[in-house]
Amino acid sequence: MKSLFGKLAVTAAILCAGGAGTAATINGAGASFPAPVYAAWTYTYNKTNPGKDQFNYQSIGSGAGVSQLKSGTIQFAGSDDPVREEDLKKYQLLQFPMLIGGVVPVVNLPGVPKGQLKLDGATLASIFLGEIRKWNDPAIARSNPGVRLPNLRITVVRRSDGSGTTWIFTNYLSKISEKWAKGPGNAKDVKWFRGSIGAKGNPGIANNVAKTRGSIGYVEYAYAKEANLSTVQLKNADGKFVAPEVASFAASASGADWKNAPNFRVELTNQKGARAWPITGVTYIVLKKEQKNKDLAGRMLQYFDWCFREGGKTASAMHYVPMPAEVVALVKASWKEVK
Amino acid sequence: MNKPAVFPQSGPAKGGPGGTPLSDKIFRWLAIGAAALAGLLTIAFFLQLAWHSYPAFREFGPGFLCSTQWDTAEQKFGAAFAIYGTLVTTAIALLIAVPAAFLTALFLVEIAPPLLSRVFGCALDLLAAIPSVIYGMWGLFVFVPFMQTHVQPFLSDTLGLSVIPLFDGPMTGFGFLTAGLVLALMSLPFMSAIMRDVFRMVPAVVKESAYGTGATTWEVARDVTMRYGMQGLLGAVFLGLGRAVGETMAVLFIIGNSEVISLSLYDSGATIASVLANKFAEAEGLAKSSLFALGLILLCITFAIQIFGQLWLRKIRKNSGGGL
Repeated sequence: MKSLFGKLAVTAAILCAGGAGTAATINGAGASFPAPVYAAWTYTYNKTNPGKDQFNYQSIGSGAGVSQLKSGTIQFAGSDDPVREEDLKKYQLLQFPMLIGGVVPVVNLPGVPKGQLKLDGATLASIFLGEIRKWNDPAIARSNPGVRLPNLRITVVRRSDGSGTTWIFTNYLSKISEKWAKGPGNAKDVKWFRGSIGAKGNPGIANNVAKTRGSIGYVEYAYAKEANLSTVQLKNADGKFVAPEVASFAASASGADWKNAPNFRVELTNQKGARAWPITGVTYIVLKKEQKNKDLAGRMLQYFDWCFREGGKTASAMHYVPMPAEVVALVKASWKEVK
Repeated sequence: MNKPAVFPQSGPAKGGPGGTPLSDKIFRWLAIGAAALAGLLTIAFFLQLAWHSYPAFREFGPGFLCSTQWDTAEQKFGAAFAIYGTLVTTAIALLIAVPAAFLTALFLVEIAPPLLSRVFGCALDLLAAIPSVIYGMWGLFVFVPFMQTHVQPFLSDTLGLSVIPLFDGPMTGFGFLTAGLVLALMSLPFMSAIMRDVFRMVPAVVKESAYGTGATTWEVARDVTMRYGMQGLLGAVFLGLGRAVGETMAVLFIIGNSEVISLSLYDSGATIASVLANKFAEAEGLAKSSLFALGLILLCITFAIQIFGQLWLRKIRKNSGGGL
């Protein structure tokens, strides 16, 4: 009896070990901004590669993802704000860009046709500082000749949790408004003016704006599309009003100097270019340079390679911009650092 | 068939001479273990929270309890706004839910015809079982717009209550009042269901003798049913209170999530539980420690409520000698 049991245990152990050698589950977590695309990618990859490694991505927020990576519970993290240089060094992390996307102001403004409201950066900052209180304010009317703006109170909806989307949004506002830079500043969680409404996550903001008359909020573009919200046209650095769309996000990305950016740390907000959407951001993948299981690490990079090669179409369909080919080449060169 | 049943001897049956059977021993230790686990968990919770919140208390001192700042950029944190929000929303909830629950229970037991009582009673039990996140979704999608377009303009403009600072503020539909009202709706069925059971347990003979002396329904309810069941009623209130104090998801959706102390019930605010749910995932260092400190404060508040409730019950038992 005992020997039979022992044999069984050994067989089971061998089977398990064999399984781990051929296929494993690789877990990633972090930013919610690119989560819809990552979910689609992992789904397609897992389906087209049965019996190989299974990939997972949990949308838990950029900061949470990076801290899970540091503590070793996941194999890769997604982050919308570049990880601080000293943290990259201290924890031996590699960071590379995966997708480009746009953050868009969304409004619930009865009487104004969808997508027609125009705002310049300074006015947007004043609204989010709580200085402009009504929709028919002269500052808003100036950019919208011929549009009948309602005499309605502005309800500002912003994130109540720390968020990479907020980081990108406040990065833009800090560049465009000195008052913003000195006041709330550029962070994942800032001090909002009194009377603004906080909502959790991109979906939370989308819901609140959809339900509140006279509200304005900001979400990642895909969430605005999904909830069918009215977006705002913004005046860019060239002084042109642009509508948020994949082409205008891509226009922002084309001007960036990726080659000379340490750890791919570029800012795509307020970029030059006639078509450039001013609140564009990069979302990163972060992983450890020192990998315990070399084989597994290699297969993880294979997956990211697949994402760059095959994932572009899915990303574009979901209103994100895939990385340009020359940036992908730079990224792949950086993978040498993974040991 | 007609043989008298043979009962086993009372006391320990088959065992070693003088010893208890093994099954009893195992049972005894399992019971002790389970009971000890509850105590250990409570102590462990306190220790864990205290340990993690120590950096925040060391940094800010007792001022942590009075400061309303929550500034990640400047690394300054305070708990006052969250404590204030928790107390205000709970107070609104109790102010509305306690009398409403009492009346509902009274109606079901004393006034409603049996069929109606059964139907309403079932509805009450179902309401009490609805998960809180459903209340939150309903609050956001239905109740907030309703508050914004109907209730708040009615209170402030039609009734002219805006002269009181409580009802003067931005009518966004979000805020303390909305959160308090939804909490009231959430705790009402809970409290009412218990109160109904308490009323049912009052012996019919006690009530009938009161009716016999010519008392009205209200007099019987106030002087007999309520006094007799006072301990049970208070228990119901404290259970509802517990639900309101710690409620997270429903409040998160509708309170507006601002770090603010405001006299206006229309202003958006935050409760301890909602702040924890909002900030925990992204918090690091001192911010995380401050969140642990908030957790400790919430634990202390619920503990204080329990202790206060027990003391009050004891006092009532002494004074009135209630039946339940």
